Amino acid sequence: MLNLSGIGKRFGGLTALDGISFNVGEGSITGIIGPNGAGKTTLFNVATGIYPPSSGAVLLQGKDISKLPPEGRARLGLVRTFQNIELFGKMTVLENVLVGLHTQSKAGIFSCAFRMPWQMTEERRVRERAKELLDFVGIPELMDVEAGTLSFGKGRLLEIARAMALEPKLLLMDEPAAGLNSSETAELADLIKKIRDLGITIGLVEHDMDLVMDICDQLVVLNLGTMLAEGTPREIQDNQAVITAYLGEE
Amino acid sequence: MKSDKLKFLAFCLVVLLAPLPLAGGYLTNVLIFVGINGVLALGLNLLLGYAGQISLGQAAFFGLGAYGSGVLTTTYAMNPWLAMAVVAVCVAAFAFALGFPVLRLKGHYLAMATLGVGVIANIAFNETVDLTGGPSGLSGIPNLSIGGLIFDTDLKNYYLVWSFALVMIFLSLNLVNSRFGRGLRAIHDSEVAARVMGVNARLMKVQVFTLSAFISAIAGSLYCHVMTFISPTSFSFHVSVELLTMIVIGGLGSVYGSILGALLLTLLPEMLRTFHDYDIVVYGMLLISMTIYMPGGLVAGIPALFRRLLPARGSNA
Amino acid sequence: MELFQQITQFVISGLATGAIYALIGLSFAIIFNSTGIINFAQGEFVMLGGVMTIFSLNVLHLPLIAAIAVAVAATTVVGVVFERLAIRPLKNATPLALIIITIGASILIRGVVMLVWGKDTQALPAFSGNDPISVVGATLLPQHLWIFGVTVLVIVGCRLFFHHTISGKAMRACSFNRRAANLVGISVGRMVLFSFVISAAVGSLAGVIIAPLTMTAYDVGVMLGLKGFCAAIMGGMGSGLGTVLGGLILGTLESLGAGLISSGYKDAIAFFILLLILFIRPQGLFKKGETERV
Repeated sequence: MLNLSGIGKRFGGLTALDGISFNVGEGSITGIIGPNGAGKTTLFNVATGIYPPSSGAVLLQGKDISKLPPEGRARLGLVRTFQNIELFGKMTVLENVLVGLHTQSKAGIFSCAFRMPWQMTEERRVRERAKELLDFVGIPELMDVEAGTLSFGKGRLLEIARAMALEPKLLLMDEPAAGLNSSETAELADLIKKIRDLGITIGLVEHDMDLVMDICDQLVVLNLGTMLAEGTPREIQDNQAVITAYLGEE
Repeated sequence: MKSDKLKFLAFCLVVLLAPLPLAGGYLTNVLIFVGINGVLALGLNLLLGYAGQISLGQAAFFGLGAYGSGVLTTTYAMNPWLAMAVVAVCVAAFAFALGFPVLRLKGHYLAMATLGVGVIANIAFNETVDLTGGPSGLSGIPNLSIGGLIFDTDLKNYYLVWSFALVMIFLSLNLVNSRFGRGLRAIHDSEVAARVMGVNARLMKVQVFTLSAFISAIAGSLYCHVMTFISPTSFSFHVSVELLTMIVIGGLGSVYGSILGALLLTLLPEMLRTFHDYDIVVYGMLLISMTIYMPGGLVAGIPALFRRLLPARGSNA
Repeated sequence: MELFQQITQFVISGLATGAIYALIGLSFAIIFNSTGIINFAQGEFVMLGGVMTIFSLNVLHLPLIAAIAVAVAATTVVGVVFERLAIRPLKNATPLALIIITIGASILIRGVVMLVWGKDTQALPAFSGNDPISVVGATLLPQHLWIFGVTVLVIVGCRLFFHHTISGKAMRACSFNRRAANLVGISVGRMVLFSFVISAAVGSLAGVIIAPLTMTAYDVGVMLGLKGFCAAIMGGMGSGLGTVLGGLILGTLESLGAGLISSGYKDAIAFFILLLILFIRPQGLFKKGETERV
């Protein structure tokens, strides 16, 4: 599904990533883990087009998307969530999901201003779909609440609903469990599996090892900007290099 | 949805009846300018209040509209309605082309760049004496007319200007409560997140900038035909700041707030004769205090104030 | 030959106004670097410098040096009050709110000056007479020398302050990374206040030394402020040599353009340059592009 080949990223003299290559298998849940400063978030930003890679290529279903801006990648089905939830705080929960449905609708400035009949039909359709998505993540009752007032956990659910609105083929989540308590994390794990069962491939950067070991099919371990290991959760747990990176030399 | 329609109809009714008790007096004339300023403020509010992109050069588009119509209908004797359409389209095309480089800039830089556009336009109005009459102005601009109906009295002009205003308010209300408007507000909240959602931020910003220029140009055309005389001082930096003050007072991101702000800032100086020299001091204080204490403007601030006061009274009773 | 003389003349007067733009540009950069704010009221500091000097001279009958000192001090107080009343109450303000507030402050200051001192244009006498000095066929006024001298002094002073005093270094630390500066015990709030103090002082001084050449009035701040901003943008918003060069180039181009092409468009020249630079090289003329870190 997503193929990273030889990704490198430098900021001035600082090498943040070097020679990262791996494949996120279709239909899998792939976790990217590593100690602080390993380059996980940078890798994420390169994959989603926030900044261009200094070297290497990002391939989505075999197509080179290295030069596409974030919105172009979103249109191809690569969608992300943020570590610090980036909701549209001054808009309602429903409107947030409606913005997610932006690419699923196409009314432009004129048809919106003049309320063309087909635009009205489209508007009804996207509103229905937005409500379905809020049902899917389990917060339909919060529809008209201003998103900025949501708790962190509910905000995360809304962000996932909004991302799902883009009909992703591949959903990348940046530390989805950060800031959640244990019951919220358990709910999140169920939700992520539910999304995978819809046939959507998932990639996630995560610190919460219990969550990662529970839901991921495949893990990639980064350390200091390079690839340390790749494999199933079981293989990674037994990998000596990974244990050293996390716990330090004996 | 339904209450929105009722609100708009009620507003139309108020606009329709407002001049009746005034009997064509002096205040009718003031209300014409409330309409023109309201349209201008609305244009700026779509850009600043919704999309979060500041412009300190609105007076440039207003002036281009006014001078465009003024020159075409006097020197070239063009039909005023045709001139208005031609000018509005040309100004919009100019704004569209200008929008791509200008709206790549953000925040302070955007403010300075638009300010620069405004100042250059004002210098041009002053210096192209052969075309615009320079500092002494352009006179003899004809009134608008439909068939035999000439818009030559305050009352007629009132209804003329406000029909334009109502149409624009109606279309703006449609716009902000739709896919396009949601896209704009998303860009305002977080441009990065909006782009990740597939919102084409660059293009939408340019589109709304173009729309606001188009609206300002129409206001300019109306202004020149109502006044029949224009001079560069009506399109100076001061006017851009006045428009900014209007929407900050009325309410950033509120269609009706634009009109409320225009009403207050147009009426106040007329009500208080001595106000004139104090106006910029008052504007300055309003801009600072509203931004600090009532960032949503009166439209959001007054209901909030009531909500805070009412429960207190309830507990006393 | 006559053209050559003319051009020399334009360059000399251009460099003098350019030095003023450089000073104003510096005062923009000082606030920007410690707060991230472009202060739209910066031009009013410049105006206050000139107007207050004239007031101290004509109404308070102070000697020139004292009048200048009073004007600079008073403007600095205005800067402090402005920071306390309008900037500090807004924690985590959006750039939009800050733009609107500083515009508000700008027209407020302008309005108050207009009400107190009226709308008339006033002149400040030249510091040491008006006897021209002839330089390669062009005339140089003593005031030009004052402008160059004061500008050099201010620039050297700023350099010494920012690189060789504890407060100056602390302010530079804030401009690089506010949080880190805070963590090592620098009071960011105080540094912001300092930046307003220094910036108001530099700005008003620029207003004082230009006043004898161009006259002054309540509304000269807008144009001077904008051109100073243009200089700062040319220099990449740094408080160093780039801004000084930017100011000098701008002043010279403006003076040449006004003299050789059309004086009516003199002010437009600066804005065309401003727009061009914002569109093509927003990082300034002299800086290399940096990798953006989001």
